[in-house]
Amino acid sequence: MSTLSYKKFEDIDSGSLPDKMTVFQDCLHAFNTSPVQAKRCRLLLSRLLRLLYLGDSFASQEATTLFFSISKLFQHKDSSLRQMVYLAIKELSVISEDVLMVTSSIMKDIQNGEAIYKPNAIRSLTRIVDASTVHATERLMKNCVVDRNPSITSATLVSSYHLLAVAKDVVKRWTNETQEAISATKTFPPQQFLTHENYGVNKLPSSTYVYQYHALGLLYHLRNHDKMALMKLINQLSNSNSPLRSPLAIVQLIRYIGQIIKDVPSYAQPLFPVLNNWLRNKSDMVELEAAKTILGISSFSSEQHLAAINCLQILLSVPRTVTRFAAVRILNKIAMKTPEKIVICNVELENLINDSNRSVSTYAITTLLKTGNSDNVDRLIKTILKFMNDISDEFKIVVIDAIRTLSLKFPEKYKTMLNFLNDCLRDDGGFVFKNAIVEALFDMIKFVPQSRDLALENLCEFIEDCEFTELAVRILHLLGNEGPKTTNPTLYIRHIYNRVVLENSIVRSSAVIALSKFALIGDESISKSIKILLSRCLNDVDDEVRDRAALSLKLITSFEELSSPDEKEKLKDFISPNTKYSLPVLEQKLSLYMQGDKESFIQSFDIKSVPTISDDEAKAYEFREKTRLLEEEANADVEQNKNRNTNGENNGYGAEDREESNQYIKNTVLQQQYSQELSAIPEFKNYGNLLHSSSVVELTEREIEFVVEVIKHVFEDHLVLQFNIENTLEESELNEVTVVSSPEADELYEEEFIMPIEKLKPQSKGTVYVSFTRPSGIELTSFTNTLSFISKEVDTTTGESFEGDEGFQDEYQIEELSLTPGDFIIPSFTGNFTHQWDELSKIEQSGVYNLSDSNDLQEIVQRLIRVLSMMPVDGSDIVTDSNSTTHVLKLFGKSILNSAKVACIIRLAANSSRGIMMKTQVRGEDEQLCEAIINGVA
Amino acid sequence: MGNVFSSIFGRLWGLQKEIRILILGLDGAGKTTILYKLQMGEVVKTKPTIGFNVETMQYKNISINMWDLGGQTSIRPYWRCYYANTAAVIFVVDSTDKERIDVAKKELHLMLKEEELSDSALLVFANKQDQPAAMSAAEVSKALNLVELKDRSWSIVASSALKGEGLSEGLDWLIDVIKEEQM
Repeated sequence: MSTLSYKKFEDIDSGSLPDKMTVFQDCLHAFNTSPVQAKRCRLLLSRLLRLLYLGDSFASQEATTLFFSISKLFQHKDSSLRQMVYLAIKELSVISEDVLMVTSSIMKDIQNGEAIYKPNAIRSLTRIVDASTVHATERLMKNCVVDRNPSITSATLVSSYHLLAVAKDVVKRWTNETQEAISATKTFPPQQFLTHENYGVNKLPSSTYVYQYHALGLLYHLRNHDKMALMKLINQLSNSNSPLRSPLAIVQLIRYIGQIIKDVPSYAQPLFPVLNNWLRNKSDMVELEAAKTILGISSFSSEQHLAAINCLQILLSVPRTVTRFAAVRILNKIAMKTPEKIVICNVELENLINDSNRSVSTYAITTLLKTGNSDNVDRLIKTILKFMNDISDEFKIVVIDAIRTLSLKFPEKYKTMLNFLNDCLRDDGGFVFKNAIVEALFDMIKFVPQSRDLALENLCEFIEDCEFTELAVRILHLLGNEGPKTTNPTLYIRHIYNRVVLENSIVRSSAVIALSKFALIGDESISKSIKILLSRCLNDVDDEVRDRAALSLKLITSFEELSSPDEKEKLKDFISPNTKYSLPVLEQKLSLYMQGDKESFIQSFDIKSVPTISDDEAKAYEFREKTRLLEEEANADVEQNKNRNTNGENNGYGAEDREESNQYIKNTVLQQQYSQELSAIPEFKNYGNLLHSSSVVELTEREIEFVVEVIKHVFEDHLVLQFNIENTLEESELNEVTVVSSPEADELYEEEFIMPIEKLKPQSKGTVYVSFTRPSGIELTSFTNTLSFISKEVDTTTGESFEGDEGFQDEYQIEELSLTPGDFIIPSFTGNFTHQWDELSKIEQSGVYNLSDSNDLQEIVQRLIRVLSMMPVDGSDIVTDSNSTTHVLKLFGKSILNSAKVACIIRLAANSSRGIMMKTQVRGEDEQLCEAIINGVA
Repeated sequence: MGNVFSSIFGRLWGLQKEIRILILGLDGAGKTTILYKLQMGEVVKTKPTIGFNVETMQYKNISINMWDLGGQTSIRPYWRCYYANTAAVIFVVDSTDKERIDVAKKELHLMLKEEELSDSALLVFANKQDQPAAMSAAEVSKALNLVELKDRSWSIVASSALKGEGLSEGLDWLIDVIKEEQM
């Protein structure tokens, strides 16, 4: 090979690297040659690994051939080659068969090999063993966990995580060794470069203690279900002579503490001193994590939160940018919920506005904006404008979001906000950024009515020169909806018609629709000009535009000719509908329809099966979603942690939840799914429409032999309880599983039938349905539930029960289930609660209760919202000041039976000695519903 | 200096080449013990081999790669992956295991049918001679039906891996045959 071609061959950028098959052939050839040429084989292995790391793969047979040829490299002693061999084995172990063949060779290396490749060997070993060979590795793994070399310990501990899935019981056997590893002090073996004359002996750290972090994580996995053992671990590692040196390990421990406090709130106070101690650690990351955890737990008192905030305050002025960033980010999160808590940091935050790091300064500004009061908002906004041009789009969006929240908080400052948004709108920026601004303007128009005219004008200006079709279409739609309501609609007509003249066909067609809506105002001259404008559109080059114009013209003319108000109303609905279809459901239904075979196409798609939502409801969902978003962001970290922990057990359950962040879509689709599932069961076919399905109620603890959850489905004349039962036992199967559910009010709810599960295999799930007749009104009651079944032992090798085993009958008392008022209410939004409240004055009920089981206002508020399934309005779902002893919760909703409105005002007063006093006032159109709420709220 | 010379001379005589020897046999025959007794001169404590052990050793100026493949039923099918370029096969038989001598015979003849091994020499160790109930080398030879083998250099040696008896005799014979036939 000449130098020239050699270079070309090796240069990665030249794109002329050998292809997959060449690499494959070269590898086979070189690895099977004797004697082994170590250097060449290393080079070839690196090529192979490059392919695999880039996502290339081999067919199973090729991979196996490769694997066996690689196994022949074990005959060479070169340690660098051996390392490469291990990397390759690790990658191939997934796609190749018969990987077990290298077990002995690897085990020998782990026992007697050189320290340099021992960690590699350990990592490969855990990839190739299976349940039958893992026992043979026990002794070896134990020795490696306690090895004096920290790299070997770390490799073993991390590999053990992978083994958990294969054989948890085997990993459990080195719990003691792992425990030992946490408290041991291990240093790297002396290497020549550590004593190099230029570096000196002490310049490089002799240990990172990172193995403590690995060991802690493994112990946690092994003790996950045992809270007492976890507490013992925490106590042991958090006292003053704790062996933990690694900041990562401490951070992890803090997370576990946070987790356990979330699960068992009563641990909060005893554990506070521990967390408090870590607020003064020499490692920034420990301090940050401790502060974050304390602030994330509401059961700590304000003074305790203050300690954490003080710690963050100090960190705001350290020279390390990363630390400043993390600190300001945590404060920003706190500011979303309780801005008053971080007012003390304002001086430091203001200093950070001019921070050299733009990300830090952006967060500082947005945090300040949230803590802002009506006095300093103007000044802050001015400051931001100055550096808006210097920050990236991503952070501009953060700023815009902050402004949006602020504009909802201080409606009277709308002018400043609008000006700011308008300035931003004129700046250059990508779609996401512009979209955020437009969203913010939309929100202001919706929720701050006095800003409407000005905001609409700004949007009009924007679409004059808007490069994003999607945004133009959305704005035109909004103009069509909102424009006719303004005092000077003609202004918008001009702007909209400009679009018809100047834009592409998509924008033109939506402009046509928007125009037609102005014809409904009732002003004749406007209608006339609209007609003229629309008839000009009839000559458009695009089909869609012409069609829409023709349709609109026809509708408008017949609207004017018709005299009966009923028919007028009907036509009006065509042009500017009051309700819209639930899009997620529509999508689901359509795709279901498309999946059908020929026969199902004989019947045309029935649009009536898709539920419609009125504007009010749509707004309610949107509002809820927006407030949710804030909370979700704040809880995201914890949730993720939780999901990660539970993932192992209930495969992917958590992941599914996370993906569907959109609560509203999730709810409607879920509802839809239930109704489909139920209608597929012949017994429920003629029950009519499913009116309401409750959320999932757990009737047992999560870590028990039989996990039972229930969902309540309300039909017109029936009530169906859906019991989801999981058999978590490994060696028993359940036969004839039923739930005996007896209502307290058995004259009102009469049991019709039970659909039992015939056979519930070990570690599987099934569903029992129990159906009741339902009285026509709203009647609350509670059900006592007993799970009954015949349990049989199962032969674990075959998975079948032993023949002739008759099993034994068993019963199992599970928790009671109550029918709550929430089962008859769907949440609904109102923009003006006071107005609604006054209107509903005809029927009012009230009651006073004493809740002694909790002292936490926020917790009670959340519970009330859940039980009543009503929409919290005016932001009353968040107890803003955790010190205050009183709170007023306002709720609004509609009955599922007759859509009767119902409104609640609940006044809460905490009294340390007697729990919480609750005064409930309910007004509504349906007396029975009001009564039910009063009876069922506590 | 001696090393330099021997390597130069070795190269001249073409003896530098590595040779590959497989140690096969049923599980528990003593393959791994033989391997390490030959390599280190020690009796090591062994566990059933899942896969293989490979060691390189110098013997009479020749570099030998000894492959000891596991003998469990589940691993035997993979023997063939290692047949290529093999100079010789050492087949180890547990002389006390009369019940499975037929299985050993079947595996041996099955293996020898492979094309890749048609030029390889065969050495059979009738192992575990230190045990009281052990069959003699002749008995083992008969049980394995070695006389049937045509076109192949073969030999059978009574051995005891624990005591180290018979191993070097066998290996000496094998190296001589290889030198003669293949170098």
